[in-house]
Amino acid sequence: MNWIKNFVRPRIRSILGAATTKRDVPENMWIKDPDSGEMVFYKDLEANQFVFPGSQHHHRMPAALRFSSMFDGGEFDKLAAPSVPLDPLRFRAEKKYTDQLRDAKAKSGVEDSVQAGFGQVNEQPMVIGVQDMGFIGGSLGMAAGDAIIAAMRFAVSKQCPFVMFVASGGARMQEGILSLMQLPRTTIAVQELRAAKLPYIVVLTNPTTGGVTASYAMLGDVHLAEPKAIIGFAGQRVIEQTIREKLPEGFQRSEYLMDHGMVDMVVHRHEMKTTVSRIARLLSQKDARAMTGALVPVSA
Amino acid sequence: MIQFLDFEAPVAELEGKIAELRAIAQADTKVSIADDVKSLEKKSGKILSDLYLNLTPWQKAQVARHQQRPHALDYISALITDFVALAGDRTFAEDEAVVGGLGRFNGQAVVVIGQEKGSDTEGRLKHNFGMAKPEGYRKAVRLMEMGDKFGLPVISFVDTSGAYPGVEAEERGQAEAIARSTDCCLSLGVPLVAVIIGEGGSGGAIAIATANTVLMMEHAIYSVISPEGAASILYRDPARNKDAAIALKITAQDLKKFGVIDEIIVEPLGGAHRKPIAVMDATREVLARVLASYSGLSAEVLRTQRREKFLGIGRAL
Repeated sequence: MNWIKNFVRPRIRSILGAATTKRDVPENMWIKDPDSGEMVFYKDLEANQFVFPGSQHHHRMPAALRFSSMFDGGEFDKLAAPSVPLDPLRFRAEKKYTDQLRDAKAKSGVEDSVQAGFGQVNEQPMVIGVQDMGFIGGSLGMAAGDAIIAAMRFAVSKQCPFVMFVASGGARMQEGILSLMQLPRTTIAVQELRAAKLPYIVVLTNPTTGGVTASYAMLGDVHLAEPKAIIGFAGQRVIEQTIREKLPEGFQRSEYLMDHGMVDMVVHRHEMKTTVSRIARLLSQKDARAMTGALVPVSA
Repeated sequence: MIQFLDFEAPVAELEGKIAELRAIAQADTKVSIADDVKSLEKKSGKILSDLYLNLTPWQKAQVARHQQRPHALDYISALITDFVALAGDRTFAEDEAVVGGLGRFNGQAVVVIGQEKGSDTEGRLKHNFGMAKPEGYRKAVRLMEMGDKFGLPVISFVDTSGAYPGVEAEERGQAEAIARSTDCCLSLGVPLVAVIIGEGGSGGAIAIATANTVLMMEHAIYSVISPEGAASILYRDPARNKDAAIALKITAQDLKKFGVIDEIIVEPLGGAHRKPIAVMDATREVLARVLASYSGLSAEVLRTQRREKFLGIGRAL
């Protein structure tokens, strides 16, 4: 298999190294299963909702695919992203934040890390928010915060459930304290969903860490998690430095959080739509849908 | 004995000389030192004043973390009478990083909550350096709900480098505990006033600082991440904490401009630790005025004011 080594590897590295963004992926792209080491055709992986067929490792899923995997027929209305002040701190580290933002927007073709859509999920109207790790690590800043608030409020206006697919490295440092303010701000919108008695389902995906976890990600009526996702408040390196000992096996993984009472169930991506739909229908007192298949959490 | 910070070295030198002169005068009463002392004190005061009028963000971080700075329990003992300390989250444990209970502020019954860093080695260990675990936040929720139930205003003193990063804290749901505490702040039908007295460390601080009015001491800091943490991530060099402190905009003066805090409480020259009594008086005065401004407001008005305030942050920049 020399040709793969010499010819395809560098490209694989670039795809694995860079964020998963909307870009043209050559059809002959191979991608390595991080669990089994098996090489998988990119197109096959995409067709399998970015779950590696052998190990069932859940790869990072682009937001566009998340929407099409959830909404009936892949059809939905994209909610407009609210506009926010750009770079009020005039932040500059090694790079100017405005440049970083511009690059991220150009690379991803989206406005910020959170996008939202409105459509039907198994014939039930629903608003879905997706946080994309591809946009500055899925970090939570003013734009993402306002996108979440607007999406939750849109669900209230439509009197429908809200589902949030969370993935984030945490708060966006480049917006300083204004990123921290998104914790209470998004919490206010969660309270509005609660006051309207609308289901709020959180889906924790890999990774969900930092300030994001300490706000809307932990305030759902039901918390689902994709298998083996890292979910936690403090980073593992920070914890290791604090306690100076090795972390327990499976620490901060979905299954570990379920064992410790923070997550209701670990759900395979292929079962996600069925699971979300079943819960939303039950909480909205809608009849069961004949077509919904058996609901089997992967951890069962 | 005041502990001097590195940038206060010139002041330390002068004050050392003054102490020396006094020692000489004590040993030999015939020596007159009054004029010398006066001139040195003037000089030292001038240097201190120049320094403190132009503190860099990193210097402020050092002042905010000064070991002799008044901590939550100092504020509680100075400002709260009839204090009844309450303990425990009724779920798992008592977390002494969060202190609090019932008491009176200017005669009015209140609930008070504070993050306590401890003032000596024993105290720091006992209070876990002010880094709360989930049970600390759940205790805060319990106290806030008690205030809500009995119509008592809640005062919180914020002073933490952050929530405790540890295995057991994660296992017991640190993130969920913080989220619920912020959630609780936003649900209260009684006034909640937060005072950032030292360090406002990210999520660990916002959990008890989502208040109707957020006050901040002149040299306190409030940030989404510590300057050291930001330096190691943004510059891959923890030694660049001074640059990170500037970039993050962590000072009370910057945060007031952003509308993140409402009012700055002036500190005595040289920082709160030099004249704690003056700090307590200033805090009492501001707190009294702020609490009076909420008197008689309905639960719904208080909730709405708090929500609108936070929703408005960042909108008008």
